[in-house]
Amino acid sequence: MKAKTTDLSGSSTGYKVFAAVILILLALFFLFPLYWIVTGSFKDVIEINAKYPVWFPMSPTVDNYARLFENPAFKWLFNIVFISAMAMILTCLTAALAGYALAKKRFIGRAVLFTIIICAMALPKQVIVIPLLQEMTFLHINNTLWAVILPTVGWPFGVFLMKQFAETIPNEILEAARVDGAGELKTFFSVVFPMIKPGIGALAIFTFVNTWNDYFLQLVMLTSDDNWTLPLAIANLQGEMSSDFGLIMAGAALAAIPIVAVFIAFQKYFTQGIAMGAVKG
Amino acid sequence: MAQTSAAAPAQGKPKKQKQSPYSGMSKALIRRETISAYCFLIPSLIFFVTFVVVPMFICVFYSFTEYGLGGVKGFAGLENYVKLFQDPIFHKGFLNTVLIVVVAVPTVTAFSLWVSSAIYKMHAIPRSFFRCVFYLPVVTGSVAITVVWKWILDPYNGILNQVAGTSGFDWLGNQKTAIWFIILILFTTSIGQPIVLYVAALGNVDQSLIEAAQVDGATKLQVFWKIKWPQIMPTTLYVLVITTINSFQCFALIQLLTKGGPMNSTMTIMYQVYDTAYRLNDLGYANAIGVILAIIIAIFSAIQFKVVKTD
Repeated sequence: MKAKTTDLSGSSTGYKVFAAVILILLALFFLFPLYWIVTGSFKDVIEINAKYPVWFPMSPTVDNYARLFENPAFKWLFNIVFISAMAMILTCLTAALAGYALAKKRFIGRAVLFTIIICAMALPKQVIVIPLLQEMTFLHINNTLWAVILPTVGWPFGVFLMKQFAETIPNEILEAARVDGAGELKTFFSVVFPMIKPGIGALAIFTFVNTWNDYFLQLVMLTSDDNWTLPLAIANLQGEMSSDFGLIMAGAALAAIPIVAVFIAFQKYFTQGIAMGAVKG
Repeated sequence: MAQTSAAAPAQGKPKKQKQSPYSGMSKALIRRETISAYCFLIPSLIFFVTFVVVPMFICVFYSFTEYGLGGVKGFAGLENYVKLFQDPIFHKGFLNTVLIVVVAVPTVTAFSLWVSSAIYKMHAIPRSFFRCVFYLPVVTGSVAITVVWKWILDPYNGILNQVAGTSGFDWLGNQKTAIWFIILILFTTSIGQPIVLYVAALGNVDQSLIEAAQVDGATKLQVFWKIKWPQIMPTTLYVLVITTINSFQCFALIQLLTKGGPMNSTMTIMYQVYDTAYRLNDLGYANAIGVILAIIIAIFSAIQFKVVKTD
């Protein structure tokens, strides 16, 4: 190796090449599962069950998708979109209001409430799922899509994230609005809301993706097959016909592609939002 | 954890906060602020209290009862907790959970920090590309990722055995290898978020300090440990805590790949909660395990705060 030629950023050329090679190898490793899902979904029965590696579908077929849609796959897709979208809307709405109050209002019980919220965020959701299920029965919404949506909205991460964003609003602007005689709601919608919009965008994507992928809650709450979501249905199909990998990959592709597309399209807001949530975490 | 976080907003305006959060406010103003604040909070609080706080208390209550298929049969006192300490499956689950956390958390943290250090100074396009690639398994979803790994690891049709020439070997059916594949897959779905966080944090490190140190002849390692490391400490702490919580909660992987087997070699506390509740229908006991799991997570988080803070 060459003697260390240190530039201003402090890395030698040898190290940079080494790092680049490792990064590319790792990137391939991380891309592989998704590649394998997508290509696998187009392989025919012979290639799926081949005893040698088939790196690419040589005789691509949509047969796997045809068999997938013999099941109510559109309904499953609709269910998961509906759950994720409703959870997203309700979470953004309630969290924006609450986050603003926590960040900017000096009210009695603020410190206690904030402490409870932080503690609840560390609690594993799965621990409370048994009482949660009974609550759903009590409210007569057990085994409906709402049984997944409502607990998701209750999760306090959104409030925490919106508080972080609302704290960046200068107090002077709020004062000015008050002096101008704007009421509380008017202040919120005409002053606060436009300023925390990027935060709401981040929270929206974050909630959508996380709800889509919250397998545990779907598994426990949705028991009849017309209420299944696509991820839940794939998991259940895998249990029933564990060797029909073509069908399962078609399902996995159908569940993964929309959410990956959403993620790539809104990547900027998403990464911003995650980073923001951690600033004072 | 709570204390640090609650104290954080105070840093913004130390003068006001040092006396009292309400200093300079009349009683009438405080009352008005409180009323309007709760109006803003009410929609969120309804969901939070109904679907998080109340179930939390019910969960603790049930953990002291004998609760099977027919409903609560009676008060059990500490029986469920005593049973827990004598339950060999819980012991196995506890050890496996600790193993997963102790292996996955430092690996994920160190690895994501290395990747972030390597990519954060790159041009925006390759940086976004790498960040995106490492986040992809998170977005793809635990179910899709798990089912494709099941295929990759399949004894006869799986690509791993075909490439490695170990046809017929059942990685997930082997007591020694199963848990390591669970950890590997958990790892691939865990590093996305820490990388996003570290890239942001490293980008915010005060550049003038780094340049000053380099002018003084500091090596790359010195710059890292003396300047960058302290400044990204809050991020490290956050990464440790979220990765710990994630590792404790790893569920889909185990439910879809091994169901805790073979011979409980991949049993975790989390999976035992589910298994006890939904297969064995012993709800009182499942709630007790859940309560203990929550306490263990709290202890782990507290230890991390202590260790990192005193460093």
